[in-house]
Amino acid sequence: MTTTTRGHDEPPSVALRTEALEQLLTERGLIDPKVMNGIITQYETTVGPLNGAKVVARAWTDPEYRHRLLEDGTAAIKELGFGGFQGEHIVAVANTPTTHHVVVCTLCSCYPWPVLGLPPSWYKDPAYRARVVREPRTVLSEMGLELDDEVQVVVHDSTSEVRWLVLPERPAGTEHLTEEELVPLVTRDAMVGVAKAAAP
Amino acid sequence: MDGIADMGGTQGWGPVHPPKRDEPVFAEDWQRKAFALAILSIRAANGGINTDAFRHALERLDRAHYIDDGYFGRLLNAGELMLTERAVLAPGAIEARARNLRGEHVPEPPVTEPVRPHYAPTAEGSLRSLETAPAFGVGQRVRARAVSVPGHTRLPGYVRGRAGVVEIIQPAHVLPDTNAHFLGENPQYVYSVRFDSHELWGSDAESFTLTVEMYESYLESTA
Repeated sequence: MTTTTRGHDEPPSVALRTEALEQLLTERGLIDPKVMNGIITQYETTVGPLNGAKVVARAWTDPEYRHRLLEDGTAAIKELGFGGFQGEHIVAVANTPTTHHVVVCTLCSCYPWPVLGLPPSWYKDPAYRARVVREPRTVLSEMGLELDDEVQVVVHDSTSEVRWLVLPERPAGTEHLTEEELVPLVTRDAMVGVAKAAAP
Repeated sequence: MDGIADMGGTQGWGPVHPPKRDEPVFAEDWQRKAFALAILSIRAANGGINTDAFRHALERLDRAHYIDDGYFGRLLNAGELMLTERAVLAPGAIEARARNLRGEHVPEPPVTEPVRPHYAPTAEGSLRSLETAPAFGVGQRVRARAVSVPGHTRLPGYVRGRAGVVEIIQPAHVLPDTNAHFLGENPQYVYSVRFDSHELWGSDAESFTLTVEMYESYLESTA
């Protein structure tokens, strides 16, 4: 959306309305620019899917950690230092050759912020929110993931404050890689369940 | 409420958009501040962070304010709705300022006196502990209540009246239905209930199962 001059009958753009709200709240002493910038930095650079990738890579290489993660996701994720707002209680589920988990929030776009950051555009898209609870195989196919007919699909609609993290399958041929080397293979999309982790 | 936000199973949205690699968190510059301002507006309007009240503001947006401005625009619009309802901002204040920012000369409404709710959460976040035992057990067959409520709820339309099986008993959480309206926390156990796709969508549906988190009062036992 552009902020260049338009006819006066045009409603102001959302960008201009954002600027207007910032001014109005600042004038009333209701926001602190430092706090505002801190929130932006937090979700643009500090928190993101790299956190989740570290959790997954640890689970791929440490069977005891994997067990703890699937038993009590919140506690295991906290071991790596992640948790908090929009991730108070996280349940991890493991994809296997026979079961495939995929996560959605049909009511808004709830997402495990501490491990994955803010949701990508496809996750917030009405088409995804509406359809993946009704025809997940078709949706996954449109997103580029074809599942064999015998694979059981389990959709998780995160309607409460419980958040879901998918533990993807470790790709074949990565047995020689270290935990650190595995981290870049773990994509955000694999941790939501619309893709598989790919071999390097 | 049965608003635009309750999208599960609705039709007519067209194809999904495949993921893009390296998509930026904020695709446009204004989205950074819109996101932060929306979060800060929750506190500015209500005197504290009540995400249930925020989600209720989101679901009351009209179609244009919910869909057309995208995710971050929707957050901004919900922030404006809450701020206006709490008289932190006068109706039209944002639009008037935005018009003046682009060189128009329109009068801005006078500063108003905020009327904030009495909001005193018993703890941070939404997790709570309960002395009572959960009403339903793992493996128990339950039915989602077939109710339509005027206010906020996290009971999606597509599971109402449908039967499923309790898979996990989750910890107790603040009940959004009352908390969103500042009518108390009413913490309840939350149940991950597993539904069969054919129970939800009929015999011709794709075969899969689905879990939904249900607050205890959303459920009844099946005979």
